[in-house]
Amino acid sequence: MNATYDVVIIGAGAVGSLIARELARYQLSILLIDKNSDVGEGTTKANTAIVHAGYDAKPGSAKARLNVAGNRMFEILCGELDIEFDRCGTLVAAMDADDLRTLEALRERGIANGVPGLEILDAAATLAHAPALNPAVRGALWAPTGGLVDPFQMALGAAENAVMNGVELALETLVTGFERQCKRLQGVVTDRGTFYTRWVIIAAGLWADDLMRKAGLTGFNIRPRKGEYYVLDRRTAEVMRSVLFPCPTPVSKGIMVTRTIHDNVLLGPNAVHVDDKNDLDVTAEGVDEVWQGALKLVPGLDRRDVIRSFAGLRASGSTDDFVISIPDEPQGLVVLAGIESPGLTAAPAIALQVCEMLREAGLRLDEKPGFNPLRRAVPRLAQLSLAERRVLIEQDPRYGHIVCRCEGVSEGQVAAACHGPIPARTYDGLKRRTRLGSGRCQGAFDLPLVIDIMARELGISPLEFTAKGGASRYLVNPEEAGG
Amino acid sequence: MSLPHWDVVVIGGGPAGMAAASEARAEGAERVLVIERNTEAGGILPQCVHNGFGLRVFGSDLTGPEYASRWLRRAEMAQVEFMLQSMVLEINADRRVLVSGAGKLHELSAGALVLATGCRERPRGALNIAGSRPAGILTAGTAQRLVNIEGYMPGKRYVILGSGDIGMIMARRLTLAGAQVLAMAEVLPYVSGLRRNLVQCVHDFDIPLHTSTTVTRTIGRERLEAVELCAVDQHWQPLCETARTIACDTLLLSVGLLPEIELARMAHVGLDPLTGGARVDESLQTSVPGVFAAGNMVHVYDLVDAVTESALRAGRQAARYVLGNRLTTAVTPQTIELGVNIHHVVPQVLHLTPELDELVIELRVRSPIEQPVRVEFLADGERVVSQRLRYARPSEMIVLTLKPDEIACLQRAEHLSVNCRPWES
Amino acid sequence: MAETREIICVTCPMGCTVQATVENGEVCDARGQACKRGVAFAREELLDPRRMLTATVALKGGVLRRSPVRSERPLPKAMLLRAAEVLRSVTLQAPVAQGQVVVADILGSGVDIIASRDIAAEVLS
Repeated sequence: MNATYDVVIIGAGAVGSLIARELARYQLSILLIDKNSDVGEGTTKANTAIVHAGYDAKPGSAKARLNVAGNRMFEILCGELDIEFDRCGTLVAAMDADDLRTLEALRERGIANGVPGLEILDAAATLAHAPALNPAVRGALWAPTGGLVDPFQMALGAAENAVMNGVELALETLVTGFERQCKRLQGVVTDRGTFYTRWVIIAAGLWADDLMRKAGLTGFNIRPRKGEYYVLDRRTAEVMRSVLFPCPTPVSKGIMVTRTIHDNVLLGPNAVHVDDKNDLDVTAEGVDEVWQGALKLVPGLDRRDVIRSFAGLRASGSTDDFVISIPDEPQGLVVLAGIESPGLTAAPAIALQVCEMLREAGLRLDEKPGFNPLRRAVPRLAQLSLAERRVLIEQDPRYGHIVCRCEGVSEGQVAAACHGPIPARTYDGLKRRTRLGSGRCQGAFDLPLVIDIMARELGISPLEFTAKGGASRYLVNPEEAGG
Repeated sequence: MSLPHWDVVVIGGGPAGMAAASEARAEGAERVLVIERNTEAGGILPQCVHNGFGLRVFGSDLTGPEYASRWLRRAEMAQVEFMLQSMVLEINADRRVLVSGAGKLHELSAGALVLATGCRERPRGALNIAGSRPAGILTAGTAQRLVNIEGYMPGKRYVILGSGDIGMIMARRLTLAGAQVLAMAEVLPYVSGLRRNLVQCVHDFDIPLHTSTTVTRTIGRERLEAVELCAVDQHWQPLCETARTIACDTLLLSVGLLPEIELARMAHVGLDPLTGGARVDESLQTSVPGVFAAGNMVHVYDLVDAVTESALRAGRQAARYVLGNRLTTAVTPQTIELGVNIHHVVPQVLHLTPELDELVIELRVRSPIEQPVRVEFLADGERVVSQRLRYARPSEMIVLTLKPDEIACLQRAEHLSVNCRPWES
Repeated sequence: MAETREIICVTCPMGCTVQATVENGEVCDARGQACKRGVAFAREELLDPRRMLTATVALKGGVLRRSPVRSERPLPKAMLLRAAEVLRSVTLQAPVAQGQVVVADILGSGVDIIASRDIAAEVLS
């Protein structure tokens, strides 16, 4: 059987999408598969959205090396792909003498990992950096290379750029197994047929271990660790501009208080092992733990500013470190597993490493002459100058029609998101591309308007419009329930 | 470059905006503009197809669309100008306004601004309900718009959390539309909306109402499949042993309204944490000179007629400000102390000038008192106004209108306070 | 034999509780109401309960998709659900004028259902 593709990548999260985009530089036929209705719908969409400096991981580990290497790539990557990124620096706050010793240990580890600019601040300097911090703070580790990013935009930006450069994307495609010929994988079996390929890359986050087993690799397990979060109104970000970590514990970096790239404030996460990889339920105990933890760092938080809570799952593996390998058998397979924090920061470096591994394993990487590394996001109206907005409105009057009051999103942006290289097809997809519905009214104002706009742009019945694919429809047939 | 100028610019074309604009014209302001984000004026009224509006203002029982059309006609007769489908993006304390609409960005300036931005519904995030995040959870007002304006049906089997008026009205509306309302849960021991709505929307249709009960969990990954209801103790803490699950496809939230203050904040208008709205003085002027506030963005009213009445005063005062006919405010501003069982008072600030001849105090109580009460306004401990009411409920705003001789008593006082307590026989 | 019933008056937002004493099918005493409309309401509520019906009906060719409607006067309470069902199968054609009769004499009640607003016809571009 002849291979249709050179590479099939399973999983269009930040890691899979960045690999697709990196491989798109070469003369290869590539397919990127994801079981969800959009890219970045797994671990990518729900995490703390921090670009870590790299002082956490054990020196010599893949986590340490790829964190620091990935961190350095963000300016260029985010510039090329039009992803919001702010290298604003991060703080780890020490509340007592033990914590101060921990800071020293973190600093030494950071230096060993090659993290530049680490500095231990005294209490006064810490409070100057972060005036909202608990005044009982004793000091902090300042990491100037830490920053904030939009993780979904990383996956989307990379995947869109990959698609622009010839990569095929198959969403809502579930991998059910593999076809082998002797020792080599030759096909990826899905609910939409079998795709034949020379190489398979598993970048499936929480489901990496299941796919590894399907490919015949045992011994590696993922046990998801849930993290719950609160999102606070922008109002809070006016006084809380910093990225604040508590001192880490053995299992987690702790419950932090951070501004987001979109100027909300995020609290969390806690860390609870769960068995179900689909369990994204928020629990009363979990968010309470988050709130109590956050108050330790910033005592002035006000519950009335909470606009949303959500949960994400960390793809914690049974090894301490990232698994990035080409196993001896089956051949033709690259495995990426256990890519938990700092996986987002490391992702650009992981993508480079995967390319190198494939080259060494014999895949010919000939540069593609027409590769275009640049991709533009949907215009971010709220960030444009008046003159820039005028130009947009002149080109398309729909940019003057604001449909989301809280985030200032226009009908023009909704339409643009529906016609990008990877179109928004659901409300959540639209929300992640434009910020629509993510402000304080949480969609109460925009939903009735957006249903009609999306139905028109996507050419579907309003009844078919969903929150996140599948059965998540907003409307029922009025014939069946009055009208 | 000089910007297009209006004497009075009203932001928001709902009941407050239409009344304020009409009255500003009647008071003599030349050019009055209403900026409205919707395709037509009326604010929330076009989707409030039920009756119960206009009893106080017009002496007749009107539906929302009928009430809106009367005010729209008035505004048109008064030659108020409208800028529809236009969203105000920014305002500042110098009363410059940036508007996005009709394929164009407009900048304009105003002699006086009236903020009539209304209110919004408290969203789910503020409620802290555990569980999944499926489709099928929406505010009662969003459902009302979908059903009454867009002609869509958001579900078949509903649970409603909160017994606010919109929630009760939607319980009836959905029942009449052929859907099932399986339960209405209210965390308080009493209904938070009007009693007439309890009768004609809930009791009339045998909708199961559970007070001291809340929704503790939502179940369903893609579309809502069920909710968990739990009784609560007097501190609103769920009693886990009472938890029960109700299969449903939609959860409507009717858990309170919050003044829409985004633009007010931009202009650095002072806010009242108790109302969540703008702080205003006796003329409904905010802390920013020339910026007035009307209707639900000051504090959330329970009747549109009361919104209209307050907005008329705001429009009148805005016109007087522009025309230079305003009473001097060169007196020391006074505040009103919130005494026994008073949740908040509007206005928060009083300039008790000798010329002041109109003073309306609106207030809400903290806890219900189901027996005759005395509402009293004290000046240095002396009772200036005393009103006997048959009961006091947080859901029903209390209004005190002071006569000129009563206002005169306040002017000499150093300390003002309001109380509401059981009538002593 | 006299019997006292508690009725919440829905005529206005005050929602007075009226204690109505009924004897031989007639209200002979009423207390608790703030105005005389409370007495009239209590009488009607006990002998012939009625409510306004408000709803929306489908609309074709208009700038909106639904037209709000109301009963011109209160309908017998027992008729509300059936009347609403009738309205679910009504489709109006724009333009609509406020007060226009949508369903005359609904269910033989003697009460008309009327449109509660003007809606212009859609301008075809």
